[in-house]
Amino acid sequence: MAPAAPPSPAILLHDAVALSGRFPLLAGVDLEVATGETVLVEGPNGAGKTSLLRVCAGLVRLASGRVSVLGLDPVRQRNRVRRRVGLLSHASHLYDDLSVRENVRFAVRAAGADVARIDGACDRLGLSGRLLTTSAGKLSAGQRRRVALAVLAARWPELWLLDEPHAGLDASARQTLNQLIDEAQASGVTILIASHESGFVESLATRAVTVTGGRVTDHRPLGGGSLGAEAPSALNPGQPSAPTPPSPDRPVEGRVAHVA
Amino acid sequence: MWRDTVLVAGKDLRIEARSKVALSQVAPFGIVALVLFAFALGPDRGLMAKGAPGLFWVAVLFCTVLAVQRSVSVESADGARDGLRLSGLDPAGLFLGKSAAVAAQLVVLEAVLAGGVILLYGAKVEVPWLIVVSCLLGTVGLAATGTLYGALSAGIRVRETLLPFLLLPIAAPVLLAGTRIWQAAMAGGTASDGSPWLRLLVVFDAVYVALGIVVYGPIQESA
Repeated sequence: MAPAAPPSPAILLHDAVALSGRFPLLAGVDLEVATGETVLVEGPNGAGKTSLLRVCAGLVRLASGRVSVLGLDPVRQRNRVRRRVGLLSHASHLYDDLSVRENVRFAVRAAGADVARIDGACDRLGLSGRLLTTSAGKLSAGQRRRVALAVLAARWPELWLLDEPHAGLDASARQTLNQLIDEAQASGVTILIASHESGFVESLATRAVTVTGGRVTDHRPLGGGSLGAEAPSALNPGQPSAPTPPSPDRPVEGRVAHVA
Repeated sequence: MWRDTVLVAGKDLRIEARSKVALSQVAPFGIVALVLFAFALGPDRGLMAKGAPGLFWVAVLFCTVLAVQRSVSVESADGARDGLRLSGLDPAGLFLGKSAAVAAQLVVLEAVLAGGVILLYGAKVEVPWLIVVSCLLGTVGLAATGTLYGALSAGIRVRETLLPFLLLPIAAPVLLAGTRIWQAAMAGGTASDGSPWLRLLVVFDAVYVALGIVVYGPIQESA
């Protein structure tokens, strides 16, 4: 009996070159990230970390090379990919004239996700009471970041692309973010984290790759991802995280009920 | 597609309801333009009434530029345009939703400007339904072209000046047809007097709505 074929990687980049005009964003990246893996992307400013994440989200088209995300072409099959990918970037993607709740609701509905998870996700990120009806334009940078995280937590996509996720967050929000990442790992989510603040992330990631000059120049194993299902929930301290893997057929109801 | 259309139009209209830019800034701008036109024409009421159809549509075009600028700028702040792209919304639904929101604002603005033309210029409307039909058809065309060219200029730093340059010549058929239909309506003409121009508006609308549905996605990805 033939052995089962190995599952396709969540992210596969082969000799990926991306340009902005004539300026190279990526200069031949080779990277493979297995489904369920958490990878830290390190590198100096301008090394190509953000561009790497944007290529994976289908926001930047390759000039040459090959990219596959969740087994799909993120350019040709962009809408199918994007509904399964969440990008937490430097921008929060919020509308200043809409309230926090309206922003989260719009983003979740636009992505075709379940709106029943919104309240729980907002609660978890400390977005409750009057804050929910406050216009996004009146929020601080950290609060805007929390709203963007609430969208991610409510959507709970299969691939999380986190660009400097701890930036602008206070200690409490950083802890909540780490717990979210830990629970996402436990539920089988693939996570790519670009960060300067390795100290916050190394304990979460299983592997680190270094990007320099638009290329992956180093790989090193990390001991992260070990909290796994034993991590307590922010809302249910002492309770283990629900290990329910998200799937298109049963999208993380258990996880979200726990979030709520 | 229709779900996405309703979602995006609802979002844009909610933003307008909160910010009230169309009512508090664009509509007064249109009225000021009408007043300035009246100053330029002088105190001759007959001349003002005669020029009312064209001046109305020129004011509508100026207001369209502002409404479209606002629609584009809403998506430019805080990476909202990337947020829309990342959500996986159907580009056709996105185009129709944004066009519908602009169209809804234009209908209100046209009602205000039509009132202004009647009061300021002493224009008399003999066939009101012809005016209403021309405004509705013109609105669809202006909203579709505005949304399309707004997306084209979205990623460009000089979009504030580029958009009028792109949009106004393209919208010239609406100005021409709308003015002729208004002239027929004010002269007490029949539907047949305005029908060639109504047909032009229908064709213009069909072409630009279809074009927007097809090319809005690629434009959004490349902007």
